[in-house]
Amino acid sequence: MAEATAYDPLSTAGTWGRRAKLVVYALLTLFALVYLLPFTVVLLNSFRDLGDISRNGLIGIPHSFSLDYWVQAWCKFCVGGTCEGIQPFFYNSVAMVVPATIISTAIGAINGYVLSKWRFPGSEILFGIMTLGVFMPGQIALLPWAQVLGFLGLTNSIAGLVLIHCVQGLSFTTLFCRNYYVNIPDDLIKAARIDGAGFWRIFRKVVLPLSPPIIIVTLIWQFTNIWNEFLFAFIFSSGTHQPVTVALVALSGGGTAVHQYNVESAAVLIGALPPLLIYLFGGRYFLRGLTQGALK
Amino acid sequence: MASLTIQHVKKNFGSVPVLKGIDLEVKTGEFVVLVGPSGCGKSTLLAIIAGLESVTEGEVKIDQRVVNSVPPKDRDIAMVFQSYALYPTMTVRGNMMFGMESRGVPKPERDKAVARVAELLRIESLLGRKPNQLSGGQRQRVAMGRALVRDPKLFLFDEPLSNLDAKLRVEMRTEIKKLYQQLGKTTIYVTHDQVEAMTLASRIAVMHQGLVQQFDEPRTVYDRPANMFVASFMGSPPMNFLPAKIAVSGSPVVVLGEGNGETIRLPLPEGMAKSDSDGRPVVLGIRPENLPRYDRRHTEETPCLGTIEAEVEVVEPTGAETMVVVRIAGKEVIARFESHATHAVGERVKLAVDMTKACLFDPETETLI
Repeated sequence: MAEATAYDPLSTAGTWGRRAKLVVYALLTLFALVYLLPFTVVLLNSFRDLGDISRNGLIGIPHSFSLDYWVQAWCKFCVGGTCEGIQPFFYNSVAMVVPATIISTAIGAINGYVLSKWRFPGSEILFGIMTLGVFMPGQIALLPWAQVLGFLGLTNSIAGLVLIHCVQGLSFTTLFCRNYYVNIPDDLIKAARIDGAGFWRIFRKVVLPLSPPIIIVTLIWQFTNIWNEFLFAFIFSSGTHQPVTVALVALSGGGTAVHQYNVESAAVLIGALPPLLIYLFGGRYFLRGLTQGALK
Repeated sequence: MASLTIQHVKKNFGSVPVLKGIDLEVKTGEFVVLVGPSGCGKSTLLAIIAGLESVTEGEVKIDQRVVNSVPPKDRDIAMVFQSYALYPTMTVRGNMMFGMESRGVPKPERDKAVARVAELLRIESLLGRKPNQLSGGQRQRVAMGRALVRDPKLFLFDEPLSNLDAKLRVEMRTEIKKLYQQLGKTTIYVTHDQVEAMTLASRIAVMHQGLVQQFDEPRTVYDRPANMFVASFMGSPPMNFLPAKIAVSGSPVVVLGEGNGETIRLPLPEGMAKSDSDGRPVVLGIRPENLPRYDRRHTEETPCLGTIEAEVEVVEPTGAETMVVVRIAGKEVIARFESHATHAVGERVKLAVDMTKACLFDPETETLI
């Protein structure tokens, strides 16, 4: 990769360079700790029994260890009347995030392809309007969505949330793909047109094979955002149709009067696991895709 | 194989006219080069022929069929791009086959066509490689192979050699000429390089400011340029222009540097000046190679010879010949001397002017007289 030749401000030789390096790394470590601390506390609490937590406080060295709370959180704990843990809500989230991510990415790719390679009068304006959506807070769309979902009969359903996330995500996916496809030389498209390929054949055979970097970026972006999304999920779903993000709130509020910190911690971690895994395994593709040019 | 007719083609981009009325008649089997400086509209014209751009006005006919609204894929053309435009994710074989696959050519036929063209262009060993594993020259070959493999009616080349280094460019130029001689396909070739135009074309269309300035055989374009633009664009170094006046008292002559102290009179060949053009101001155009150093053998051999004495200002040896900048009638003039000529700056030299090869232009309209 190109990093090797880039200017490295920390490579200055001599004592000052080394000292500067030390300071920078110390600061970075400090920040990393600040970010990791809450996660660590939650992780540790998910293994401690309630007595341990109430005796030694939420933030404390564990004196007990059990995996039982994870099992409870997954399939036994009572949330909103049913005692199946967060498992069904987790599956709700999966049922929502998978189609929403795939559909919004696919449409974004096609949009980007049209807006970069098949421009028409007004296509730049259209693109400008679409990217406005990037800056539009979701709250603005709450009422319109309520009406649309009601009209379509999709209120309180996973399908409704899929629709919302597909549409809400289009601005981003279109922006990503269009800006990537702009860098694909127009001559390739012209050559393919002369070669007898049409709109879809050019897309499938010429453009898509060049797209993995941006498709991966878009998939990761959409997956993470849709999985973590709370506002729409909270407003437009209830009961057994809730995604995991909303169910977590119900879990901490309902059931017994006593807070089951350990089970709640485990549930939160389970809910956070998919984006975390995506980040762990896909993070480097994400960075590479964002920084890489379209063609070498 | 096909003929190509372009009638009154105009093209505007927004309110900017790029082509202002182009007429070209390309015969079957001709190699026509569109040449001109950047921005002259030559690439736009090629894109219009390919069907990648639409015309604002006028007609494009391939084999007498109007193709104005026919999409590129149905025009039966092939095009080689300046950037080569090879599909980066496909192998060389995939690149060459893509067009045939799009058209549903059966596999055995595709294989046969690829094998034939790969042999013709000597790229058999590259068929399994991806474009980024090829050198510039190899990519160029593959791009040509992709065009050749379909056996189209019309070949279009859009500055195919300008991304190659000088040496390779000359090689590929010869290669293209050989291929053309072998296949005899109707070809339209766009370039800004006048040497490519001269060496390759059966006819050259010199374009400038959205108009065809001259459309003729290379020799004619070079020797009898239609106007001063064509004269200066074709040929390197360019033709020298000197303001002059015709005098027809006695045998007709052209007079240079009148009123500058050193008046020079050069004889005009028969028929070049009409008897009533006495005193008419003209621009005398002389190519550097028609302005050699005077030596004895010139006197008898050349029928219409003039001589000029001038002072050497700059000497530029190129190896094969030496360019000498002299001052004639107050203007800088480039003369082409033989390579062994050695001259000092400031030295006075005698130049022979072959007036049978000189051109006279009207100073107002800049057209050839």
